[in-house]
Amino acid sequence: MSTTSEPARQQAAEVDILEELKAELAHDLEEERPPHAGPLAQVAAGLVTLALGVAGMVLALGYGLGSLTEPGPGLWPFAVAVAVTALSIAQIVFGREAQDTEQFTRSSALTGLGVLSLIGLAALLPVIGFEVPSLVLMVIWLRFLGGESWRLTAVISVVTVAAFYALFVLALSIPLPRLI
Amino acid sequence: MDFTPIIDGFGIVLQPTNLLYCLVGVLIGMLIGVLPGLGPAATIAILLPITYGIEPVSAIIMLAGIFYGAQYGGTITSVLLRLPGEASSVVTVFDGFAMAKQGRAGAALGIAAIGSFIGGTVSIIGLSVLAPVVAGYALDFGPPEYAALGLLGVLLVSTVGNGGKLKAIIAASIGLLIATVGRDTFTGAERFTFANLNLADGIDFVPIAMGLFGLGEILYNLEENHKKVHAPAKVTKVWPSRKDLSDSKGAIARGSGIGFGLGVLPGGGAVLSSLVAYAVEKRRAKQPERFGRGAIEGVAAPETANNAAATSSFIPLLTLGIPANATMALMFGALLIQGVQPGPQLVDSHPDIFWGVINSMYIGNILLLIMSIPMVGIFVRILRVRPAILAPITALITMLGVYTVNNSVFDIYLVIVFGVVGYLMKKFGFDPGPMVLAFVLGTLIESSARQSLLIFGGDPTGFVSRPISGTILAAILAVVLFPLVRKVIRARRGEPADVRTPEEAAVSQAPAETPDRETTEAK
Repeated sequence: MSTTSEPARQQAAEVDILEELKAELAHDLEEERPPHAGPLAQVAAGLVTLALGVAGMVLALGYGLGSLTEPGPGLWPFAVAVAVTALSIAQIVFGREAQDTEQFTRSSALTGLGVLSLIGLAALLPVIGFEVPSLVLMVIWLRFLGGESWRLTAVISVVTVAAFYALFVLALSIPLPRLI
Repeated sequence: MDFTPIIDGFGIVLQPTNLLYCLVGVLIGMLIGVLPGLGPAATIAILLPITYGIEPVSAIIMLAGIFYGAQYGGTITSVLLRLPGEASSVVTVFDGFAMAKQGRAGAALGIAAIGSFIGGTVSIIGLSVLAPVVAGYALDFGPPEYAALGLLGVLLVSTVGNGGKLKAIIAASIGLLIATVGRDTFTGAERFTFANLNLADGIDFVPIAMGLFGLGEILYNLEENHKKVHAPAKVTKVWPSRKDLSDSKGAIARGSGIGFGLGVLPGGGAVLSSLVAYAVEKRRAKQPERFGRGAIEGVAAPETANNAAATSSFIPLLTLGIPANATMALMFGALLIQGVQPGPQLVDSHPDIFWGVINSMYIGNILLLIMSIPMVGIFVRILRVRPAILAPITALITMLGVYTVNNSVFDIYLVIVFGVVGYLMKKFGFDPGPMVLAFVLGTLIESSARQSLLIFGGDPTGFVSRPISGTILAAILAVVLFPLVRKVIRARRGEPADVRTPEEAAVSQAPAETPDRETTEAK
């Protein structure tokens, strides 16, 4: 928190208990998630943010830095982009051994399918209204992503969409694109 | 001190609509606390669109209720399933689940509810006393102070707490960069808009928050949807015995203090305070080995502290306009949506919001106490709902909700994009919290910094020579240097390497803060 003037040893003891606790916790929760993804993922993450930082710097230069007395529109974004770039380089150089990433597993494909269904919803919404796309989304998520039974899928999908219709269209009269 | 606005605040809270929103808020909070997966930040993000339609006071009362309500609900899964419903209840798992195995689940839940209530209430009283004082003091702050304070807030939220600090700061910086998208308010020049009209006015806070927090979390949880649901332990007699109460008296008192204190600090908040409160009890205990085997203090202390912290973390937001954590960043955004600028003038310009929200917490805590003790059985039953069923419903609420804000399909795509970004960030070890917080504060920091430069005539040393902004900048330096100094001191005291925790040993090899997971492996 801050550099308090407490006896350093006492504080250190407290910190150590905290660290132990955190370690215990991490261990408890570890089984739940996939294993870490290794140094390559760390470097890749750093490269992505590095690219963002460099792009930000280049674009901000184009907007004009101005001077400290008269800052141009690019000065602040440039400063921030420099920070992003520098920190990303630090991440690439020093962050390789960190293990806070997660591997993509087979179940990551579920997330991919989920995203596709959301894009489908966004694309179809203005064309055919929200009812059918919402129903399809519910079915995909419940049956194929969630592994629920067909019967439960049907019931929950229909009830949910009906509830949305009642809430958005009938109760709040929000102009949601719709079929009916 | 003038008590009229405080009493008027109670009048506002007791209006039937506000009571209803308070009830709805704490009920939702309790529910999402019980249901593993969605945290309070995600829930508040997803519900942002509906706040457009309601009065500012009611909206904030409801959102606040979700936040502190989740602290109560999170306990239930920690104790009964060994699955923390909320990050701030994680540490409760040790002794709470041990107690449940010994058939004392009821006592654990009871003491947690009582501790939460006391911690929450103590913290509200502290908030009522302290907030107007801080706000009065902060009225003198000018642009340089705000620029420094905003930076300090972003830095603290990124560095205090769990996970990789370097990555958190990277995420925060990118958040600052995203905040610059759109028209520059000083010169009118367009930045990072790529000639897209939808971006000319900048990116709205709502799709960012809904994407990074809401959808990102839903997508992340999709990967573990198939996880089996455990049968919760039986709950009998949710009232702790007299011995339980006297055993945890001290823990609750200390937990209240720790929670209140750490909650005020930016980056502190509920999660850190629950950890610290637990650590303090364990250190004070005559038989520390009892902890982890069902010590009731191990439940009482963190649960008291997380609630006290949840409440006191409103102080920086309501008095300085600086959110202390990611959830408060959402509150900040919600207030801006309502056209209310949080800051030191809030207590005078919007006393209804200021005191209405604070006083609603008394009512909310009483409601939560009722829900957590006599009605706990209902919530235990909710544990049987599978995450797979909730996921599509919350996803649909997010998609349709964000559309209704501007009737814009572009916003839906934005949410999807930020949802994917949020998911990937989690996969790659970046915490989305600092990014959202930095995004919220970005405009404030930039415009204050530029105004300051105008005041100083382009001389940046002005930041250092003004006493308050200079102090804040010194604090920023301290935050940056503290970890390094600590390392040097330890090395000088000549502690052998094996005394150090594995995490620190790892740090000395790689300056980038190593995550918690590594420590277990090193063990």
